[in-house]
Amino acid sequence: MWRIRAFEERVGQLTRANEVHGLVHLSTGQEAVAVGVCSQLRDDDVVYSGHRAHGHALAKGAPMGPLMAELMGRDTGLCRGLGGSMHLVSREHGFLGATGVVGGNVPLALGSALAARLSGSDAIAVVFFGDGAVQGGIFVESVNIAALWRLPAILVCENNGFAEFTPRSAHTVVERVSDVVAPYGFPRETVDGNDVHAVREAFGRFLAQARAGEGPFLLECLTHRLGGHYEGDPQRYREQIGDEEWRAIDPILRLGGGVDLEEEARAEVEGAVEFARASPFPPASLTADLVYA
Amino acid sequence: MARELPYIAAIGEAIHQEMERDDTVLYIGQNIATTDDDPYLKAFGSDRVRVTPISETAEIGMAIGAAMAGYRPVVELYMAEFMLVAMDQVVNEANRFHYMTAGQVNVPVVLKAGYGFTAGWAGQHTGTIYGMFMGVPGLKVALPATPADAKGLMTASIRDDNPVVFFHHYLLTLEHGDVPEGEHVVPLGQANVVREGGDVTIVALGYMLGQALEAAEQLASEGVQAEVIDPRTLAPLDTATILTSVEKTGRLVVVDQSTRHGSAAAVIAAEVASEGFSSLKAPVQLVTALDATIPYSEPMEQYLLPDAAKIAAAVLESPVPA
Repeated sequence: MWRIRAFEERVGQLTRANEVHGLVHLSTGQEAVAVGVCSQLRDDDVVYSGHRAHGHALAKGAPMGPLMAELMGRDTGLCRGLGGSMHLVSREHGFLGATGVVGGNVPLALGSALAARLSGSDAIAVVFFGDGAVQGGIFVESVNIAALWRLPAILVCENNGFAEFTPRSAHTVVERVSDVVAPYGFPRETVDGNDVHAVREAFGRFLAQARAGEGPFLLECLTHRLGGHYEGDPQRYREQIGDEEWRAIDPILRLGGGVDLEEEARAEVEGAVEFARASPFPPASLTADLVYA
Repeated sequence: MARELPYIAAIGEAIHQEMERDDTVLYIGQNIATTDDDPYLKAFGSDRVRVTPISETAEIGMAIGAAMAGYRPVVELYMAEFMLVAMDQVVNEANRFHYMTAGQVNVPVVLKAGYGFTAGWAGQHTGTIYGMFMGVPGLKVALPATPADAKGLMTASIRDDNPVVFFHHYLLTLEHGDVPEGEHVVPLGQANVVREGGDVTIVALGYMLGQALEAAEQLASEGVQAEVIDPRTLAPLDTATILTSVEKTGRLVVVDQSTRHGSAAAVIAAEVASEGFSSLKAPVQLVTALDATIPYSEPMEQYLLPDAAKIAAAVLESPVPA
């Protein structure tokens, strides 16, 4: 979790210094969900994410140097500078990626689950999405098919209470995302998403069943987005959390653990920054060369 | 009286003034009015200013239904691409009802869509996608390039009895310019000859107007006088103004940030080739983005996109009539 925290904090600095450009969404505060889920997966299990994807990519095993290089637009980046923060993919690590359109990733993950089923593999698909995605039609369509076809997919909702700049109460009358899928009859659970043990335990149970060919499942993780929707968001729409309140729910503090982990993580991040800075920009013509397969 | 305003404030002023003038104008969308001191909310209340969930299909569809029932909703979409989530409502519902009902109902809805944010926003939030709406029967497409036109076209769009997709360019958001106070209407379908010249006609769409004017200055220093035309709306398209100019200059360059084969520029070029062929002394030039998705990395982004230098080069390198 320190690797993600240190990475996100450094990306925030680099964004302000204009070394990372464009639209950047950080997952600071939500690390326990990424780690609790991805730490139990294999490389052939597929994970999809959304616009807030850095933590998921790291937790799924994407190497930090190329991840940082992608955010700095370099040729050594995960996607050679074509994708950027919102469109990270590391196929060999089973991180099939991030899409920047809210909810757009949910049916894609079902496709991976279907493919695993068709090929006789016991690999599963996981999709991370926020509570904001649940109000889109694509979510209901996807949940219905997943339930109907019993696809080996685990839908992981990071419910941080805010859909972009608007509180959940302004979006829906349904308080819990896990209740939204109730009529479909598949297993669902809401856990404290800032407690990495709780996330691991609940996800682990679903994972064992999914490996055995069951599905789908929905895990709702209640968490807190420490920063704004994007880097630079003035956040006039919400009260800032107090330091004391934050310390009580900070998933890293709650886990405990050593200063050495933090130092190790920050050193790894600096190495990634150096790697990225030393990397060339991609040849400009790449953008035209890669339009078709 | 005019005074300077940023482009985005000029759009806001038009919405605000129309909401004051007409109680049936509604403002709805994601993330609007998220604080109690929001100026729209304070002025018009939560009945007429409505924040929605991330539910584009329902938002736009509901706005269309309210429009058919006599209201004039303005839907705030932020990113033009978010309309793609609700494409059926935009191109197969909103635009069809007036026609299919033989005029029994109108759909006076405005879809306010930001486009072209090519500043590292990568593949899914940067498209210049007005071309795909230009040929949809029943839709109007507004494309303001200046703060004054942003206000005037938004006012006209709200008052229009048809669905209008109002595309504003994100890189113009904070650009300042003179904006008339009070009522200001720019009719839909009326191009603006922004700069006069006798040697070549440059038709520049949206954000490209500024780039074209910059290119025109450079060309003037090399002895080429460019006439620069801003169509201001793509549907209706003021082809007559463009043809008149080409009659005078004999040459046409069309500049568009869109991908070449999905561009409005290609349609304008075809209109001129078809209706003004005898005026042309040289092949029509298109200066557009390449047919590729906008990449994240900055050098690639620049390579892909048209700019003032590419416009000037297209003019200087195109065959000069004997």
